[in-house]
Amino acid sequence: MTPLLSVYNLTKMYGHRVGCQDINLDLYPSEVLGIVGESGSGKSTLLNCLAGQLTPDRGRIQFKTRSGDVKDTLTLSEPEQLMLSRTDWAFVHQNPRDGLRMSVSAGGNVGERLMAVGSRHYGHIRTTAIDWLDRVEITADRIDDRPTSFSGGMQQRLQIARNLVTGPRLVFMDEPTGGLDVSVQARLLDLLRNLVRDMGLSAIIVTHDLAVVRLLADRLMVMKEGQAVESGLTDQVLDDPQHAYTQLLVSSVLQA
Amino acid sequence: MNEYNFAYLDEQTKRMIRRAILKGLAIPGYQVPFASREMPMPYGWGTGGVQVSAATLTPEDIFKVIDQGADDTTNAISIRKFFQKVTGIKVTDKTIDATVIQTRHRIPETSLTEDQILVYQVPIPEPLRFLEPYETETRKMHALEEYGLMYVKLYEDISRHGAIATSYAYPVKVEGRYVMDPSPIPKFDNPKMEMAAIQIFGAGREQRIYALPPYTQVVSLDFDDYPFEASKADHVCDICGSSDTYLDEVIVDDQGGRIFVCSDTDFCAAQQSAALESSE
Repeated sequence: MTPLLSVYNLTKMYGHRVGCQDINLDLYPSEVLGIVGESGSGKSTLLNCLAGQLTPDRGRIQFKTRSGDVKDTLTLSEPEQLMLSRTDWAFVHQNPRDGLRMSVSAGGNVGERLMAVGSRHYGHIRTTAIDWLDRVEITADRIDDRPTSFSGGMQQRLQIARNLVTGPRLVFMDEPTGGLDVSVQARLLDLLRNLVRDMGLSAIIVTHDLAVVRLLADRLMVMKEGQAVESGLTDQVLDDPQHAYTQLLVSSVLQA
Repeated sequence: MNEYNFAYLDEQTKRMIRRAILKGLAIPGYQVPFASREMPMPYGWGTGGVQVSAATLTPEDIFKVIDQGADDTTNAISIRKFFQKVTGIKVTDKTIDATVIQTRHRIPETSLTEDQILVYQVPIPEPLRFLEPYETETRKMHALEEYGLMYVKLYEDISRHGAIATSYAYPVKVEGRYVMDPSPIPKFDNPKMEMAAIQIFGAGREQRIYALPPYTQVVSLDFDDYPFEASKADHVCDICGSSDTYLDEVIVDDQGGRIFVCSDTDFCAAQQSAALESSE
């Protein structure tokens, strides 16, 4: 099986400071990769480089498109990159305000990607939007409300619906449960896990919360000071950490 | 004549504006930046249209100015007088006699011909402006044909009002490429934009010129199940009796009395005199 996404020696510097350095990874179809590490370890930098929101200084990123050809995403033209980010890719921000249009109704938010790829039938857009709101547990009678009237957890679920509506094949998530209280977090994780399984999604999830990756990720990469210090199957890394930093990370979590 | 150069602007400036116009005609619907000048009137009074007219007029031209369809409102009169003073050319109220027509908010009811130019005054040339405040972003969106957001606006209209409530400055797609703001004309006028005359749009404050060559395809944006409708008040003109013109609602007394009259005063007058002739 060929990987969906392959990354070779990816490096991003901020002047003399290291953002992330010599990262190599493969992501296979329907696989969820977790990237963990403390604040400033370069995990968000890496994610933004992968998603085309930052330009790395060195390295190569190869993506297998729907048609089966492998493309170097860093050399794609701007329209091709835009098409990719509208169809095959999705990006879930930590703060839903970054990923939503706050002045547009929930239905409009979900419909935007559909309209961007050429959907021109109001009835169909509306039906799809209602279906997706239902999938993320938002009742259909909130479809014409603006996200400003939603709670934080609802906003995050709306952001997920808005991103998944075009059936992407690769989802980038930056701390999707950050800033939510624990019970809301648990429901969101449950929802994400089901969506990922049902749709056969591949995902890269950046988080500092080990519980999130334990629940969602198949494989894990641990980052420290811009380097990948350890990677492997999630249970293996969490239950038998090899690197000193990973051991510290695992032992810092309170056992409830 | 007088101490002004012909049509107020100096020759170099007119040349610069003509270049922008030619570029605009070459790329229909694309907003061409130009070095807009201070004009002897406030922004919002038609400084863009005036500069385009100044660069377009020749001594042989016959000029007409319309404001909301009328030839006799303040804006129309002051611009017409301005050009009479600085060019000495002939002016007219008659749509068919004019070679250059500067307009605000309307397209004349009479069909224009190939030897006419229609100049629009545009307040905000960017159709995406209220959706995306950054100019750098909107330019990129035009370059990449990223117009999904425009449909989000129409979607919001339908979900809130049950129909597309945008009734003026209704966005259009030009030749299947650029989405364009037709200036604040009523959407009733949108279908008329596929016409024989050259159409040039000038936005003075925003420093943009864009244009439509004759017979350019102009399609109003819509949804398959909510098609575009060129709507107007459901009445006939109370003065000339026309049933297919855009109407203004005029309040005539303090008791709530109102009449509907053609907004195009020249067209209405022509209909009245035609009716008079046939009755004699």
